[in-house]
Amino acid sequence: MATVPQITAVKRTSGSNLPKRPVYLDYQATTPMDPRVLEAMMPYFMEKFGNPHSRNHEHGWEAEEAVEKARKQVADLIGADEREIVFTSGATESNNLAIAGVARFYKDRKDHIVTLQTEHKCVLDTCRHLELEGFKVTYLPVKKDGLVDLDVLRNAITDKTALVSVMAANNEIGVIQPLKEIGELCRSRGVFFHTDCAQAFGKIPLDVEAMKIDLMSISGHKIYGPKGIGALYVRRKPRVRLVPLIHGGGQERGFRSGTLPTPLCVGLGAAAEIARREMADENAKLLKLRDRFYKSVTDRLPEVYLNGDLKNRLPGNLNISFAYVEGEGLMMGIKDLSVSSGSACTSASLEPSYVLRALGVTEDLAHTSLRIGFGRFTTEAEVDYAADRIVEAVQKLRQMSPLWEMAQEGIDITKIQWAAH
Amino acid sequence: MTRPVYLDYNATAPLKPAVIDTMTAALTECGNASSVHRFGRLARRTLDAARDEVAALVGAEARQVIFTSGGTEANNLAIGAAGAGRRILVSAVEHDSVLRAVADAEIIPVDARGEVDLAALQAMLERDTRPALVCVMLANNETGATQPLALIAHLAHAHGALVHCDAVQAAGKMAIDVTGLEIDALALSAHKLGGPQGIGALVVRDHIELHPLLRGGGQERGWRAGTENVPAIRGFGVAARLAREELAAMQALGALRDAMEQRLLRVAPDVVVMAPGAGRLPNTSCVAVPGIPAETQVVALDLAGIAVSAGSACSSGKVRPSHVLRAMGASPEIAGSAIRVSLGWRTAPEDIEHFVDAWTTMVARIRGNQHAGRVIPVPAA
Repeated sequence: MATVPQITAVKRTSGSNLPKRPVYLDYQATTPMDPRVLEAMMPYFMEKFGNPHSRNHEHGWEAEEAVEKARKQVADLIGADEREIVFTSGATESNNLAIAGVARFYKDRKDHIVTLQTEHKCVLDTCRHLELEGFKVTYLPVKKDGLVDLDVLRNAITDKTALVSVMAANNEIGVIQPLKEIGELCRSRGVFFHTDCAQAFGKIPLDVEAMKIDLMSISGHKIYGPKGIGALYVRRKPRVRLVPLIHGGGQERGFRSGTLPTPLCVGLGAAAEIARREMADENAKLLKLRDRFYKSVTDRLPEVYLNGDLKNRLPGNLNISFAYVEGEGLMMGIKDLSVSSGSACTSASLEPSYVLRALGVTEDLAHTSLRIGFGRFTTEAEVDYAADRIVEAVQKLRQMSPLWEMAQEGIDITKIQWAAH
Repeated sequence: MTRPVYLDYNATAPLKPAVIDTMTAALTECGNASSVHRFGRLARRTLDAARDEVAALVGAEARQVIFTSGGTEANNLAIGAAGAGRRILVSAVEHDSVLRAVADAEIIPVDARGEVDLAALQAMLERDTRPALVCVMLANNETGATQPLALIAHLAHAHGALVHCDAVQAAGKMAIDVTGLEIDALALSAHKLGGPQGIGALVVRDHIELHPLLRGGGQERGWRAGTENVPAIRGFGVAARLAREELAAMQALGALRDAMEQRLLRVAPDVVVMAPGAGRLPNTSCVAVPGIPAETQVVALDLAGIAVSAGSACSSGKVRPSHVLRAMGASPEIAGSAIRVSLGWRTAPEDIEHFVDAWTTMVARIRGNQHAGRVIPVPAA
């Protein structure tokens, strides 16, 4: 078996000690499993292996009971009824099901969807595909801080709008959209409100009643639970109806067929329960770590730009651009930090992040952006170490950069007429 | 108190110990397989190794394997390849995840053994509007009856139709060579062969154009978006390798199953064994006891600590005569009194002893009561 670095709370005596393994600061891509979650799951990999849909024997019943308990744990975290929770294979499926499902069900009356340019790729790709099916989609711009302008949203909604899909927290820049205001606006206009909460569920307080949310996408592996499991909240009153994506045995009240993976459901439930109990303390800790990191970097480096609003933001997220360095060089310089330069799904390509572009970040600065995600197992020592590495790498790259030199001499490089060679 | 006997492997199989070990390790590791940093790259490498194992189980190339959330999703994904509005032929004994995924399915009839009627298939293929896709499962989940897929594929291809095969129940219980059979798409599920729930695969030949069900981050070469479920995929890889290595042991279960059926027939000569003879999975037995409703049997057996099934596990809660047995021409009475006994990697001869004893006691008790004039309800058609 390959030896893969394990992520547990790493004890380092000093922030500058060279780590044996990379420091994981990519908590928006995925999170390590909480050992308590794994413990809850284990019996269902072992003696309690039954198919939760088997109706004829104890093996099936005990699996079903576990799945239903998990459903309640998920519902409790967002103020929902457990009958409103549909388990899926993850947030990508939840987003596809919510958007395509609502659009296709109501297409005889309504054919318009409103969303943001900064949504996750799986929301945007689903919308683009629906355009091919004849739906109209409005992709709203965001303000410089990454937040939607409510007046712009209000004006985009028409009598033909079936659905507004706005994410709760952005996966790259962590900004939190004004959900309550959007929910009220949608309800008053008779439009369903879907929100992709892959990054927000378990991280910030969410309440489907107070926020008038009709559909909510939920992910397991972003909240220290397992991969391969997610959920879609589907409101019962007023009832939201969907055309399913996956047909078959009629599980999940027909919304989503397929054998439910009992251990994964149990894991999502346990992760939700832990998040509900510990969210407040954890967020306080994460804010401290984030501020410590940000201060440490900005105290030592000029020309560092924060992307996205700082106040309305996930406590565990920073997204910063470093002027006068080259993106790939920066990534090479911090190889022992696992951070992301864009969302994980697209980071294998060298396209600048479309989220940052939507904020009006220049291509140069988008290329040198780092998404730094702090989480449950991040330590102060790791934060200090990461800040040191980044400061060192940026300083080194800037020393080699003629642009930096020119900037130091007071030349405005945006005004230079470069000669073609 | 005897130990519980699990004979419902076609619903789900207990995980094999090596699968549990691999998954326990994988679940404590972290990394998104699409991330470029070291954690992500390591996740990617283990994922590729698992893909090789799953491909090897069915004689495919690794690049032809698309991981899905399970067999149901794999079947749905394959059916989309037909394209909108095209004719799709579906055998009468398919799983609901095929039957219900096709809006206007044309049903291919089967014979009393549950085998596709090739003459009927040919006639359907020859009709003016040529079908785009033929869906026939490799082995049935309720009876274990296998289909002549090579013949079906030959016939379908001769008429320009693609062939999708649901191999969820067959994988690990019989040798599969997707290339030799010339099947265009093949669905697999991990939890039926000792792997984890929540993971499956669609194996597709290189030329097939799919229409993704899930769109987004471009994973699985764009055919299936969503963060790769690496621990489950690794568990699937181990289960696929073990299934290939332990195929002989699985096939040896056939003798145990056959002996069991003989004993049931000796106890009650009117017992009906569904799809008997050759061309049946070695682990599956579907037996009807006329006059005793299946529900009564499974409840009595559960009280005796034995888990069997009254049909497929998916049809959440609803009790109705099996569409599979009805398509084979079984009367409502026979279909309503059939139970499925399915064996697997942990089944020991003692388990079958316990089952036969409990079953014998049950039949004697119920039939004794019947003879005493007690009313035992028989399900309506």
